[in-house]
Amino acid sequence: MIGQSPLRTFIAHAVLILGILIVAFPIYYTFVASTHTLQTILRPPLPLLPGGQLWNNYSEALFGGIGRIGGVSVGQLLLNTTVMALGVAVGKIFISILSAYAIVFFRFPLRMTFFWLIFITLMLPVEVRILPTYKVMVDLGMIDTYAGLIIPLIASATATLLFRQFFMTIPGELVEAARVDGAGPWRFFFDILLPLSRTNIAALFVILFIYGWTQYLWPLLVTNSNDMNTIVIALRKMVSFADADTEWHLVMVTAMLAIVPPILVVVLMQRWFVRGLVESEK
Amino acid sequence: MATVDLKDVKKVYPSGVEAVKGVSIAIPDKELCVLVGPSGCGKSTLLRMIAGLETISAGTVAIDGKVVNAIGPTERDIAMVFQNYALYPHMKVYDNMAYGLRNRGTPKDEIDSRVRSTAKVLELSALLDRRPRELSGGQRQRVAMGRAIVRNPKVFLFDEPLSNLDAKLRGQMRVEIKNLQRKLGVTSVYVTHDQLEAMTLADVLVVMNAGLVEQTGAPLDIYEKPASIFVASFIGAPPMNLLALTGSSSGPMLADGTVIGFAAPETPAVTLGFRPEDADVTFNAEALPGALVLPATVEAVEPVGAESFLHCAAAGSRIVVRVSGRATAKPGDQLRVVARAEKLHWFDQAGKRVD
Repeated sequence: MIGQSPLRTFIAHAVLILGILIVAFPIYYTFVASTHTLQTILRPPLPLLPGGQLWNNYSEALFGGIGRIGGVSVGQLLLNTTVMALGVAVGKIFISILSAYAIVFFRFPLRMTFFWLIFITLMLPVEVRILPTYKVMVDLGMIDTYAGLIIPLIASATATLLFRQFFMTIPGELVEAARVDGAGPWRFFFDILLPLSRTNIAALFVILFIYGWTQYLWPLLVTNSNDMNTIVIALRKMVSFADADTEWHLVMVTAMLAIVPPILVVVLMQRWFVRGLVESEK
Repeated sequence: MATVDLKDVKKVYPSGVEAVKGVSIAIPDKELCVLVGPSGCGKSTLLRMIAGLETISAGTVAIDGKVVNAIGPTERDIAMVFQNYALYPHMKVYDNMAYGLRNRGTPKDEIDSRVRSTAKVLELSALLDRRPRELSGGQRQRVAMGRAIVRNPKVFLFDEPLSNLDAKLRGQMRVEIKNLQRKLGVTSVYVTHDQLEAMTLADVLVVMNAGLVEQTGAPLDIYEKPASIFVASFIGAPPMNLLALTGSSSGPMLADGTVIGFAAPETPAVTLGFRPEDADVTFNAEALPGALVLPATVEAVEPVGAESFLHCAAAGSRIVVRVSGRATAKPGDQLRVVARAEKLHWFDQAGKRVD
């Protein structure tokens, strides 16, 4: 913005900084709480500056604090959640890119019927079909397994739709050029479609990873044993009804640890993520 | 090196639209055949049927004497250059050219030598590591050509390859395509709606209209003896002047009452045509036996440089006359348009040529 008055610049910055403060404060406060002793947390008001217990709290949560989470280490919880989030993200992308490929590039009977069937599932959130899904998982013996955590969440109308829209922008001549060049359906998919979709895949991966990471209801239902818990469930289980019973400092540490992997994914993939959202390479 | 033979080829779309209504063309080995016609005349559909990108509803397409109706584009051993080039955007120029060879299992060192020698011919050697989006339109066009040439196919197919280029580059590439095609000696089919491109490139020119072939022949033969009103008005720029005729006791009569008392064919003709360059203008009033003389009023003058076009109103129609150099006439001038009798074209009720 060239030629703007200093006052306007000041106001703009003030508004933006205020926004950041509002968004970031709860996270900061959680971090502050995670560096104090339980006694400090339970005796309000909680200080606004970090305390000196950072090392103690984090090492206790990571290596010693096994009592409250049912004998499962934070490491195990993070692993469970990572497996689930990765499984959901990769699985969703895999399934939806293939179904979009079929719908856009092949002519088969009932093609549009299948498309609409997929589309209709958009209107059915996980929660609506949770009972039948649970029954199926019980019958298949998938309770307390990674497969049970992942598979029911994999089908994705949104991602299929997104890939369909992207595939439809690929010029027909490109498809024909590949046919003339001797590329069959698989070659075309791997040599041309996948490389062209990579920014879309990256953007979707970020969104879906976080979606998988923050799942609450389904992991709660499908896992009984504590060592299959995801970190979000474990966090909830750590909080008991009586305030004095809850090791708040460890809860805060676990909360901090729970948000690190999604942040890492976003930060590491940011460049791809943004490109996937704003630009299509053609 | 192959011939391409189309026998009564038809294309009917599932919606019932008949895009190609029975076309037969025989293209000799090593010749460049241009399909020209207005948009929607079926020329692109026909090309795509030769390529195998479109199914053939009836008739046969044969490449090198072998009917290829049932086999896919890969096995037909053709290469195609598309209108918007259709380069693979994520591949470097080198890979764009090598892709077809790789898919056919050509050995790596042979691919390399073929890509590099083709790049040299097309002056692309310095660009092999670039991606398509880093190239100019003309360079992309060259890569698209290179991708076709490197495969050394039996037939080249061009689908309006120059229409995305600016006028100057188009002229340049036109000459290059012609030279390259002659040098490589590969039978080619070239689709365009630009009659100038069609005239300059073709060994065999096929003028199409509404799914049918109007005329096939050498470009200049077609120019000099158009088989129908459609061809006469489509080939040549500005198009041929056409005047409506009515019969009278003393011979064919123009709309303004001028009776043409000479050179008329025996079959009754209803349209008379002459090309802008086959007429002249004169301000004199002397009698000119054996020529068509039309009193005309100049409406507009288009100076092009080497020549000028006079747009005139004459015999109830608008006609265009080409005069070389600078035109002396101005809008509003009354003059006489003179067309020599042997340069007149006559067409009957059905729009067909009569001699």
